[in-house]
Amino acid sequence: MKARILFLVSILVVGGLLWSGLQAVHPFGEPNATPMDDYFIANAQGEAAANNVVTSIVFDYRGFDTLGEGAVLFTAVISVAAIFRKRGQH
Amino acid sequence: MNPLSVVARTVCNLFAWFLAVFGIYVIVHGHLTPGGGFQGGAVVATFMAFLLVAHGGSKMQSWVRKDIFTLMECLGLTVFIAAALLGMSHTFFFNFLANAGGLFGSSVPIGPNSGALNTSGTIALMNLSVGLEVVGGLSMILLYMFSGVHPEEPFGREETGHDR
Amino acid sequence: MTGNFPYLVVGILFVIGFVGLIFEKNLVKIAIAVSVVEAATNLFIITLGYRSGGSIPVWTMAGSGSSRMVLPTPQALTLTAIVIGLATTALLLSFVMTIYRHYGSLDVRDIRRLRG
Repeated sequence: MKARILFLVSILVVGGLLWSGLQAVHPFGEPNATPMDDYFIANAQGEAAANNVVTSIVFDYRGFDTLGEGAVLFTAVISVAAIFRKRGQH
Repeated sequence: MNPLSVVARTVCNLFAWFLAVFGIYVIVHGHLTPGGGFQGGAVVATFMAFLLVAHGGSKMQSWVRKDIFTLMECLGLTVFIAAALLGMSHTFFFNFLANAGGLFGSSVPIGPNSGALNTSGTIALMNLSVGLEVVGGLSMILLYMFSGVHPEEPFGREETGHDR
Repeated sequence: MTGNFPYLVVGILFVIGFVGLIFEKNLVKIAIAVSVVEAATNLFIITLGYRSGGSIPVWTMAGSGSSRMVLPTPQALTLTAIVIGLATTALLLSFVMTIYRHYGSLDVRDIRRLRG
């Protein structure tokens, strides 16, 4: 019972903090600062020669993120293989 | 996990190939249409899940080998890093193939256009390699998690279906 | 028209996931709650990048009047977050399977030996 009250208080605190943080967010559909995204939309065809702007960001402008993403996926696969591997099997 | 009935198996045998073809389409057209290596790779890995659910574990283990998926994953990541390193004369992840002619080297007109497959330089190459990596990785996760369900039973055991 | 309704949806999803994360005792349900919180985060990032009346940021077969596009960077980051979430979910479920094999139960109150 005591733990449940503690959990409810923690939920209220977290919700209040998130609600106060939401007051500074721009209204839906009107982003505040968009020069970077406008640059990507305008120059993805000329610089990266790609029609899909999202793909040009993922693989060209922000390639480091994708490299880390591939590393995370590789590590997860190796970990799952290490958990379920049988004895005497590699 | 036992195999499903013969009706479900036949339907899965037919429609799994449509899934594979659709996934390969999403991977190859990653720089033209919404999609890319990750999404198409996930769709192709659904092919494996489809056959695993329909046919059961022992048949799946006799059809594929995990070494192939390990090779696919390692090859995909290696090609990705190599394509990033080959543009090292400018910067890491420099798109050295774009607008250069040759492989994936055509330039695109600015503005809305109908799209050509031979464009976007290393982006298309990285789409292919990442698609290969995701297919190998997700299939390996599926097969290993499935083999973890019955750890004490070897997979050579014959499973019996509903329709004997 | 829609107003700030998408933010409300994000909040409802996050609260559902958070309450499940705290009050659930089953490990599989905790994994589901983690996935729900993840979905709320991804939806929040996508919602931040929407431009009213914008089309998708793809130039192939785009209409002539479609120069107004939604922001592409949040979509790229969400793509990264989805794949990482998939990897962590696979690892989480693998640990749940190992714990079930070791303890014979999924209830966190039965797994006494984890308590210090």
